[in-house]
Amino acid sequence: MSERVVVDPITRIEGHLRIEAQMEGNRIAQAYSAGTMVRGIEIILQGRDPRDAWAFAQRICGVCTLVHGLASIRSVENALNYTIPPNAQLIRNLMNGAQYVHDHVMHFYHLHALDWVDVVSALNADPAATSTLAQSLSSYPKSSPGYFADMKKKLKDFVEAGQLGIFAQGYWGHPAYKLPPEANLMAVSHYLEALTWQRDVAKLHAIFGGKNPHPNFLVGGVACPIDLNSDSAINAKRLAQVQEIINKMNTFVEQVYIPDLLAIAGFYKDWGARGEGLGNFLTYGDFPEKGMDDPASFLIPGGAILNRDLSTIHEVDMNAAEEIQEQVAHSYYDYSNGKDGSLHPYDGETNLNYSGPTPPYDQLDVDQSYSWLKSPRWKGHAMEVGPLARVLMLYANGHDQTKELVHMTLNKLDVPVEALFSTLGRTAARGLETKVIGDMMQTWFNNLVANIKAGDTKTFNEKLWEPETWPAQAKGVGFMEAPRGGLAHWIVIEDQKIKNYQAVVPSTWNAGPRDQSGQPGAYEAALQDNHTLHDPQQPIEILRTIHSFDPCIACAVHVTDPNGEELIQVKVR
Amino acid sequence: MSKDQTIGEALRARGVSRRGFLKFCAATASMMALPPSMVPVIAAALEKASRPSVIWMSFQECTGCTESLTRSHSPTVEGLIFDTISLDYHHTLQAASGAAAEAAREAAMEENWGKYILVVDGSIPVGDPGYSTIAGISNMDMLLETAAGAAAIVSVGSCAAFGGIPHADPNPTGALSVRDLLQQYGDRKPDTHSAVYTAHSTDVDVKNKPIINVPGCPPIPVVITGVLAHFLTFGTIPELDELGRPMAYYGKSIHDRCYRRPYYDKGLFAETFDDEGAKKGWCLYKLGCKGPTTYNACATTKWNEGTSFPIEAGHPCLGCSEPDFWDGGGFYKAISTSTEDISRTAVYAIGAGAAAGVALGALNRAKKTRAVKAHQKVGIDDLEKDG
Repeated sequence: MSERVVVDPITRIEGHLRIEAQMEGNRIAQAYSAGTMVRGIEIILQGRDPRDAWAFAQRICGVCTLVHGLASIRSVENALNYTIPPNAQLIRNLMNGAQYVHDHVMHFYHLHALDWVDVVSALNADPAATSTLAQSLSSYPKSSPGYFADMKKKLKDFVEAGQLGIFAQGYWGHPAYKLPPEANLMAVSHYLEALTWQRDVAKLHAIFGGKNPHPNFLVGGVACPIDLNSDSAINAKRLAQVQEIINKMNTFVEQVYIPDLLAIAGFYKDWGARGEGLGNFLTYGDFPEKGMDDPASFLIPGGAILNRDLSTIHEVDMNAAEEIQEQVAHSYYDYSNGKDGSLHPYDGETNLNYSGPTPPYDQLDVDQSYSWLKSPRWKGHAMEVGPLARVLMLYANGHDQTKELVHMTLNKLDVPVEALFSTLGRTAARGLETKVIGDMMQTWFNNLVANIKAGDTKTFNEKLWEPETWPAQAKGVGFMEAPRGGLAHWIVIEDQKIKNYQAVVPSTWNAGPRDQSGQPGAYEAALQDNHTLHDPQQPIEILRTIHSFDPCIACAVHVTDPNGEELIQVKVR
Repeated sequence: MSKDQTIGEALRARGVSRRGFLKFCAATASMMALPPSMVPVIAAALEKASRPSVIWMSFQECTGCTESLTRSHSPTVEGLIFDTISLDYHHTLQAASGAAAEAAREAAMEENWGKYILVVDGSIPVGDPGYSTIAGISNMDMLLETAAGAAAIVSVGSCAAFGGIPHADPNPTGALSVRDLLQQYGDRKPDTHSAVYTAHSTDVDVKNKPIINVPGCPPIPVVITGVLAHFLTFGTIPELDELGRPMAYYGKSIHDRCYRRPYYDKGLFAETFDDEGAKKGWCLYKLGCKGPTTYNACATTKWNEGTSFPIEAGHPCLGCSEPDFWDGGGFYKAISTSTEDISRTAVYAIGAGAAAGVALGALNRAKKTRAVKAHQKVGIDDLEKDG
């Protein structure tokens, strides 16, 4: 008996995602990932001032709220050979680093935790035993029996009032939930603590970028000047605030996030044996010490890993026409060279063509186009991007702290190294890289202070600000590692305006549909790896693996140059 | 204990003291710029209400508005969703997915038909129903059926309020704001599976549903929660301007409240980023600041618990709470007239001995006041003609 299980909307993500799973008995045989919303931001970008592009591109996504802004200004700077001052580079690193820590903690507690944590079970917890548990894991001060008794009462009153709000219709009591009541109560308490904590972390963006979500960026540097004698610039008070935020950030990561992650993972070791997916991993690289044109100084190296083989790191060339390409065989777009064509982003073209079922519909026709996402490929390979790809890349490159963290985690959980390649491994990698980035925040901050001490307060290079200084034609790629994975924007500038703009983003790599040869995307492949559904009416297993990728679907859907005109050739660094 | 538990009872049950409760009410009153005498009124209203149901729908959006909601510090998002409202449908935060999520929406509609608040973020495409679907249903139909049972609609963010970035030229998907969609398509019978809608919908006119626009890209966190608090407390729509925005937050231009305004009045401008003027906090007008034509509370409420706002961090205002700000001609281009004219005006005025409010402020106060009242766009050109 063959059945199609449909989950739409997939909630606790960014954007609009639909999963259809073709069942064989209670096992997922084929999985299909569909992005169900399109806006056309890259079409909107055409003809605009490249210096304005970051603001448009940033609105691709408000969760990973700054990453598209950063990728966009880097694309313009790359196209124009526009160097930025070291302080601007450090401030951008601090902003992106804060985004990682903020995003990953919120993902764990607010988007992913309810797949593993049974809120209703927490009502049966013994506060004293919860306190003992919490104190055995961490030195976090909010861990007394009284604290957990208050939390339990709060939860109990909430549930008994009869309005479950955001917890309504959850799969509570599902046998897949394995945590004891005390661990559930601890996690629910930290769900609330993390909501409070994240507000403070977001302030770092307000200090350097004026607000969060959607802080400001600037081609050529950063907009916030540094002046220790001004009350309207980055001064000693502002720097002290930043230091305080970094402290708060790292305290929570070390005392709450990582201990909770390891404790919860310990009850779900079987999830270290499913959800692997592709076994191919891609990073673009990021967090330069010296500048984007010096990849050797990147904290996270770029490269590709194929078939789990960490001994060979393949070089990735963002500009090579035959390397990164996008396909539309199962996407709601047409290519002028046919549905089976492949195009590098510089040559990208797109025509919106919705050819799916007329709404309201119950099921997609997966033999035809079924998603607003395209299928990006690297040298024809489907690739996974994101925290797991980065941790593997750091590990393969011999990054000491990463190796230490990975070994600690495997030892603590008592799982084999293969468990990295799984749903659990993906969720664990996100936590481990949060620790790495959190520590680096302090280094970048120290370097910024040292620069200021040495008399360097420059934050903006005005040399190429005026469009009259630009060549008639230019093109470039701005790449970065966003919290959800490798992100790149390709821009073509002609006569001071945007001629073509294209983003290939983390969730397009991960959530894209099958390509012309039938090769599934990362979500699809992961769901096809060893997933059985206990109850098709409550497909919590699908949510666990999909959430382990931290989907960001507004990001993933994009469209570009509807004309498909031939693009100019410009030498790119 | 039951669903009929009031907010007052709920708060007391959570161990919130009377004193703490009144403090919350005072904070709410101050947020809404109400006199202290209103605190008991707020307290009485909140104590009587059980947590009202809120259905939050996301269409063509980036989730920035939801992220902004979670940054609200007063009221906090956790206070809001656990103590004040019942957030019964919200893709980013709710536990349930798929059919269970849609069941939660149906249940909330059924139990609270005619009473729930519908919050929308994101625009709605009319170019093709397939441009954006949830649970296989087009955004338009889901909005029409859910709006039918709402007491009021809050359009959060510039996309829901004015069409936002999807609506920017050339608007590839035919994106509309909530208000425009309901005006243009309100007579359409939604093609829907909803039994609740079918049972209740016979006499509903969605065209006349009250709509509060809370624009911004995203809106300021406490403005989102403040507007909800107003509706929950008074059961009424706050006073709105012609664009449907609450006067309490969108009544004054950013320029009028900007701490850099004195420099503008003196004719002191940053000429480029990171120059001496920029470092000293001089006016960003010449760098393209849209503060003079943008109505929002950024300069007073600020962002992230009062930490800063874009101008304070050295970047010109983008004008993100105004309709079609994406198509305003460039974020780094000074508005309306060349900056030289502005400088000249300022210099001339100073030379003429005008003590305060030179240039945009005092040269032509009457015109500006009229324009503010009508919430028209005020360009430097208009002002100078009058001045």
